[in-house]
Amino acid sequence: MKINTAIVDSPEYKYIVDMIEKGSSVLDLGCGNGDLLAILKKERGITRSQGIEIDEKAVYECVAKGVSVFHGDIDTGLSEYSDKSFNYVILNQTFQQVKKPDGVLKEALRVGGKVIVGFPNFAYAAARFHLAVRGRAPITKSLPYEWFNTPNIHFLSIADFRDYCKTRDITIEKACYLAKSRPVRFMPNVFALLGVFLIVKNEKEADRT
Amino acid sequence: MTDLGKVETQYFTFGQPPQELGLESGEKLGPVTLAYETYGVLNSARSNAVLVLHAFSGDAHAAGYHDGEKSPGWWDDMIGPGKGFDTDKYFIICSNILGGCKGSTGPASLNPVTQLPYALDFPVIGIRDMVNAQEKLIDYLGIQRLLAAAGGSMGGMQALEWMFHHSQRIKSVIPISTALRHSPQQIAFNEVGRQAIMADSRWNNGAYYAGSPPNRGLALARMVGHITYMSDRSMAEKFGRRLKDERSPFKFTADFEVESYLQHRGKSFVGRFDANSYLYITKAMDYYDALQGEKPQVLLGASDLKVLVIAFKSDWLYPSYQTQEIVRVCKIAGLDTTYCEIESQYGHDAFLLEIDEETHLITHFLERVNKGD
Repeated sequence: MKINTAIVDSPEYKYIVDMIEKGSSVLDLGCGNGDLLAILKKERGITRSQGIEIDEKAVYECVAKGVSVFHGDIDTGLSEYSDKSFNYVILNQTFQQVKKPDGVLKEALRVGGKVIVGFPNFAYAAARFHLAVRGRAPITKSLPYEWFNTPNIHFLSIADFRDYCKTRDITIEKACYLAKSRPVRFMPNVFALLGVFLIVKNEKEADRT
Repeated sequence: MTDLGKVETQYFTFGQPPQELGLESGEKLGPVTLAYETYGVLNSARSNAVLVLHAFSGDAHAAGYHDGEKSPGWWDDMIGPGKGFDTDKYFIICSNILGGCKGSTGPASLNPVTQLPYALDFPVIGIRDMVNAQEKLIDYLGIQRLLAAAGGSMGGMQALEWMFHHSQRIKSVIPISTALRHSPQQIAFNEVGRQAIMADSRWNNGAYYAGSPPNRGLALARMVGHITYMSDRSMAEKFGRRLKDERSPFKFTADFEVESYLQHRGKSFVGRFDANSYLYITKAMDYYDALQGEKPQVLLGASDLKVLVIAFKSDWLYPSYQTQEIVRVCKIAGLDTTYCEIESQYGHDAFLLEIDEETHLITHFLERVNKGD
């Protein structure tokens, strides 16, 4: 893969790109400036792509890159899509920012064959230190905001998400954990800044017949 | 960026009896003339044509200058070399709507049967009829498939009509500040305008062409219209509570600047618009329903249409919930769609004023459609 500034800025893009099969269709919830979809078009030849983004300036950047985008919020943007409208639905760095992550993920799993979820790990070592020792709201590379200006409204760890998937009958097909730009294998819930998961909803017996 | 320089209106007549234009109402109308203008050059593949659709009181003169005139066409900021609708790349067409009064056949035109203006003998027309007439013009120009159909407000309704009922003949569509159908509030404002015209005794059931037209009623209708085109904030900034003349005593004259502005707008409108056209066209908008109960996926089938929907935040006449409804329909139909709600304080007028944002969106969108990406 060519050196791409977007990939340098967002190291998880490389891993997300690897999770997506060539020629797929992709819906990116909270697509930002459209970099990820533009990379996917180029690298994975995705056939159909659609972004949803709340920020007006980011929408203009998407359009300049040839990325189709809806200007609006994710919480209400999915209901019109029929089941399995896209091969993949991406919720990267936006999962912790939506009002109802549970509802959005349920909808994402309905609309997409597979879902990719990426979020900052709240149980990262430095975050633990900030909270437990310094008694301050954590600020880390993946949680760079102050308590008063953060767009993040839900805080979860890698372990929290794994537990959640179990209770919701969701299978984690792939998971990758990142510290800066490197993958973490040892105790990711402590040493990873980010978690990226490829998940599918388990089909119920009744649905199969 | 330069401008187009001098441009001229052209005329296309079709539907000579017995080949009249069949209307939505079941009636027939012919012959029909459409006034139209074109800018730029149609390429040899005839694949670079963009149809620009005007709003309620617009006309075929979208860009450039008519001989001897100081102000350019109504969307000159958007149409020309290097502009959003780039005439170096695209062949732009704009025609006056059927039912209009700017060179196309409408209620003020001569009825060939009576040799008098149609007045209320003019048949009821709909947005669908306007678009069917435009399709005849596109046929005449030898264009099989338009690169895009684009327009704001009522122009957006026509763009939607192209999209749902002529999708085979367009590659993309750009509806701006518009709706799939009018809300009761929109119908209500139009009805106030119509009643203002009909309450003017000079309206005379539409038969005023030999005498004095209902200018007072038409001006009043236009004043109401202008209120709905602006926003609370844009009015506050433009006029505040400033008085026109501090010394003049109160006697129900135009004391406030906003009053004098509206009166001026009303008066200048009567010189360029026909009252009966006002009635027919507003009815066409009110009755329009893009889907008429049909499912969008049924109307469109498996379509590769690309859609760019634009709305403006302070537009309360066509609020963004209506444009979002268009987007929802596009999602259901599985169309490749981009939607942007532009921050603006200009209300409904914004689609004629927020040029930078519109230029950015439309330039990139058309490029993509043109490349077939």
